[in-house]
Amino acid sequence: MTKQQFSLVYKTTVLLIAIAAAALLGAMVLWAIGAPVLKTFLVIFLEPLKSFYITTEVLIRLIPLVLIALGIAVAFRSGILNIGAEGQMLMGILGATIVATQMPGLPRFAIIPLSMIAGVIFGGAYGFIPGFLKAKLGVSELLSTVMLNYIAAQTYILCLRGPLIDPAELVTGSGTPQSIRFPRQAWLTRMVPGTRLHTGIIIALVLAVVIYFFLWRTSWGYKMRAAGAEAKAARYGGINVSAWLIIAMVISGAFAGLAGAVEVLGLHRRAIEGISMGYGFTGIVVALFGGLHPAGIVPSAFLFGLILVGGDMTQRMVGVPVNMVQVLQGIIILTIVSVKMVINNPYIMERAERRFNKSEHKKSEEAQA
Amino acid sequence: MERSEGRIHSLRVEGITKRFPGVLACDDISMAIGEHEILALVGENGAGKTTLMNILMGLYQPDEGSILINNEPVHFKSPRDAFEAGIGMVHQRYMLIPNLTVVENIALGMKEAHKKGVMKLGEVRRKMQEVSDNYGLHVDPEAYVWQLSVGEQQRVELVKTLCYGARFLILDEPTSALTPQETDELLVLLKNMSKQLSIIFISHKLQEVKTLSHKVSVLRHGRMTFSGDTEKYTPAELASFMTGTKVELPVNERIDMKGEAVLELKNLKARSDRGFFALDDLNLTVRAGEIVGLAGVSGNGQKELAEVINGIRRLEGGEIRFFGENIANLTPGKVIEKGMGYIPEDRNTEGIVPSFSIRENIILKDNTTGKYSKKRFLKLGTIAEVSDRLKEQFDIRCPNTTTAAGSLSGGNIQKVILAREIDRSPRFLVAVYPTRGLDMGAAEFIHQQLLELRNKGIGILLVSEELEEIMNLSDRIGIIYKGKIMDVLDGNTAEIKTLGLLMAGVKND
Amino acid sequence: MIDFLYSILVLGIPFSVSLLLASLGEMYNQRAGIFNLGCEGVMSMGAFVGFVIPYFLIRAGVESGIIYVLGIAGSLAAGALLGLFFGVVVITFKAPQGIAGIGLQMFGVGVAGTLFRHFIGGIASVPGIKPMPVPLLSKIPLVGNIFFNHSLIVYLALILVPVSAWVMNRSSWGLRVRACGTAPRAVDSVGISVDRVRYQSLAVGGALAGLAGAYLSLCQVKMFADTLISGRGFIAVALVYFGRWNPWGILWGALLFSVTQVLQLKIQTMGINVPYEFAVMLPYVLVIIVLTFSNKNFQLGPSSLGKAFDRENRL
Repeated sequence: MTKQQFSLVYKTTVLLIAIAAAALLGAMVLWAIGAPVLKTFLVIFLEPLKSFYITTEVLIRLIPLVLIALGIAVAFRSGILNIGAEGQMLMGILGATIVATQMPGLPRFAIIPLSMIAGVIFGGAYGFIPGFLKAKLGVSELLSTVMLNYIAAQTYILCLRGPLIDPAELVTGSGTPQSIRFPRQAWLTRMVPGTRLHTGIIIALVLAVVIYFFLWRTSWGYKMRAAGAEAKAARYGGINVSAWLIIAMVISGAFAGLAGAVEVLGLHRRAIEGISMGYGFTGIVVALFGGLHPAGIVPSAFLFGLILVGGDMTQRMVGVPVNMVQVLQGIIILTIVSVKMVINNPYIMERAERRFNKSEHKKSEEAQA
Repeated sequence: MERSEGRIHSLRVEGITKRFPGVLACDDISMAIGEHEILALVGENGAGKTTLMNILMGLYQPDEGSILINNEPVHFKSPRDAFEAGIGMVHQRYMLIPNLTVVENIALGMKEAHKKGVMKLGEVRRKMQEVSDNYGLHVDPEAYVWQLSVGEQQRVELVKTLCYGARFLILDEPTSALTPQETDELLVLLKNMSKQLSIIFISHKLQEVKTLSHKVSVLRHGRMTFSGDTEKYTPAELASFMTGTKVELPVNERIDMKGEAVLELKNLKARSDRGFFALDDLNLTVRAGEIVGLAGVSGNGQKELAEVINGIRRLEGGEIRFFGENIANLTPGKVIEKGMGYIPEDRNTEGIVPSFSIRENIILKDNTTGKYSKKRFLKLGTIAEVSDRLKEQFDIRCPNTTTAAGSLSGGNIQKVILAREIDRSPRFLVAVYPTRGLDMGAAEFIHQQLLELRNKGIGILLVSEELEEIMNLSDRIGIIYKGKIMDVLDGNTAEIKTLGLLMAGVKND
Repeated sequence: MIDFLYSILVLGIPFSVSLLLASLGEMYNQRAGIFNLGCEGVMSMGAFVGFVIPYFLIRAGVESGIIYVLGIAGSLAAGALLGLFFGVVVITFKAPQGIAGIGLQMFGVGVAGTLFRHFIGGIASVPGIKPMPVPLLSKIPLVGNIFFNHSLIVYLALILVPVSAWVMNRSSWGLRVRACGTAPRAVDSVGISVDRVRYQSLAVGGALAGLAGAYLSLCQVKMFADTLISGRGFIAVALVYFGRWNPWGILWGALLFSVTQVLQLKIQTMGINVPYEFAVMLPYVLVIIVLTFSNKNFQLGPSSLGKAFDRENRL
């Protein structure tokens, strides 16, 4: 067996074992709650595709996931792990909501781009904070972004309860924290009649292509990737690593903010509680699963859109709580990072190859005897 | 001392083979050493010396072959087994934990220092005293390791190994970080110790091998190419065993180019990572068309000097005149724009981005200039062409230029860096340890390139700890000690002995 | 004024316990060189297991205090197991620790939530562990109530501070842990298995995080919900930096946080008009401020934190 062949066989085997292990881990949780394992997986991964309407629901979830994951990929490639997309998205929603509700007189061609830009700015600014803290003061972005998520969640609710609250809520006295409905011209077009699929998907797909060109074809992208791959070498090469780190975080936040703006303009048409619903965290899984590359992120976002929609259906169909989605995401992250390391570690592979050759050798000797 | 009472009359290894990904590190090696003997194990970098010793210590498991003590086969699963058998090793990169005290460091691997899960440091101190009395090795048990100098750390390593009951000592390049004078002291100490111990001594400095060892074994590309009694051979003969063919390293002919001063360093002051002044009022001038070698034991400010010149470290005082212009504390990018070339000390993670392809590494310093980009879009075609040309021109051995640079060997990585720096046609070059760890072939190539550059009228500041390299290449030699230039000697007349004294900070007028 | 301070301290100590326990656990991990960002998930599982065992035993009619002992034991075991599971990923497979920690957090919180929704469903509570006043000492005016009128876990957590300091600095195992976090190669060179020490520290750290969770669900709020931990795990990780990997520093950090939390509650009850959301944000803002201004000199910290160890990888 040649080296290339062995390497292929080895990688495939590792991958298959990993998938099996991940499935087993998920199955163990399902067994623990006495749910039908196979049926649950089928509901999650196939049921949504059986109906056209529900398939468009999957695509709707793909939109924020692609946008957030693109941002996370940019940050990740630049050497910073953005766990704060959740908070940046909420900030984006706030920005878009402020424009859409406070300037209701604007015409369509102005209000939509302005709302989106507001979302981008709010998200980007919120991404700037951890980027700056990391680059200039050495604060771990892992911790600062998590804290900022909690802060954003409170700020968001504070705004919806206070300055942005729908006056009708005050009149009726129910006090639900939500904004007024956006003016009609601020709504994104629904593309397929009878479904909620909106034009945000075009924005997401176009930006995927843009990010590809940005990262791999421009010198800006080159600098960011160099800074992320080996900061020391980048610095030596004259690249201002800390500046690019901040820029990467701003871009990352801006994408999450845009995701929020698109989501609220296209889907909910008013700011309500629970819009982000964990997209920021799922986005990390999407980006990793997509290999931190736009061409991988789009299909990966579809898969996770499927899991999100399917996960909603399991409660009704097989009695599995929706929290199972989070379990699957956790398992998938742990599996991806493990598999990546095992496959890319030449030392482990070489050891496996030697052991394999030795046992082959022994077998052929035994056969001869 | 109970456990190592059993004496080692002889130690043999037979047919040891060890493979690493892409490398055959040890290939069917056999050798033997008796009581009170000093065996020198010599060979170029990457010849497999350290791997062989790590196998002897039980750190690596051999793929094939066996180890015999007193003709009994032994099997070391971990260094602990090797200690039990009375073998100890001082690694080239010291195996000390900087934020622990000396006594804690020694306690870590000492069984007697632990009773029912509690540390008994008194036991360790007693043992250290014993070793100190026996061999004349003194260290402060309560000092933190990070506070110690390199020489002191080496002493701690020796004491540690002896405390573990070693009767058989392996020393991996013990002199590589020492001044010539410290080296002499160590050699005397080892000679004395060999009355009680057996020693394997790894080195590539043949002079030391001659003075110290009884027997010598030569490794080349993982194979044992020679074994014999040291006294029967001259250093030159040993050198030829080491390299196979006799490689003549190129020598600077020192024809004066009469260039003007291009790099003037005046009263430089800068701090090291640990916060003390690594550069302390340093002055040096380099003219166009000359190589100034900077000799010194590493850690005396060389790294900081190179970084300060290139804008990577903050300069806290003084000025750097580059073609008359003060470039102190410009950003690295600005310094590069001025035409500075730089071969950094750490080639694996500073000179290249390891996960990037060779092509992507070639454009590291020029990704925004018109050379490789247009309106910020990379010219992928040009980049590929230039990279392929450089691959041929600099003889970079790789499948193609899209290979990840980090997967290349050290010599080829250095060629990628050199190719990038030279193809940018720099006005000046700072080269830090350009041939450290490379085999003779690659070193020869790099020396040639440096000399060519010099002859084109480019000034070069060459930092090295290999005195031979400095003597061969330099027009003038500056000696750095504790962040100061001790003296600048003429390349034609400088002598190793004078250099050695200056490197140790001794200045005789 | 004394009344005010007194009322803050009386609540402050019990509030600090979950942070203190989790943070001490994380300290063991980090000192050995493992950055475990999944602390949140481990706490969540510990809280659930610690809660669910007494919950069902009470429904089965068992009334004695043994149910809580079993709950605590369950939470310790669940935490240790999750710690070891994390070890497989980051020690054996050498996966990058930051991102793996996020995975562990999702997994732990997700599993706890799934099991909770399935087995319990809605809001449920248990009587919880009662305070156990220390005889005599608890009768001392003021001081008695502040320090000596708590549940057993509180005393345990406070005792764990000097104990951990002793373990780190005086015991053989602590020496190994410290060495693994700084120079694993050196540890390996004297024949001690780096992986084993790191696994051990993950088991200890996980168990403590599990206990921290159980303290929340059994003593502090006496109920369980998906959102029970709400970032305490992450704050615990941040506190380790604040405390400079030192148990006493961590204790002060945990107290500082709980006191701000209590202060915020007090301000609200005193009728000063601050929006509720501001009050909730406060600890998170405090973490960022603390991280920003804490000294990041690693000279005496675990300098190999977050780096996997591979003996044969020579780079």
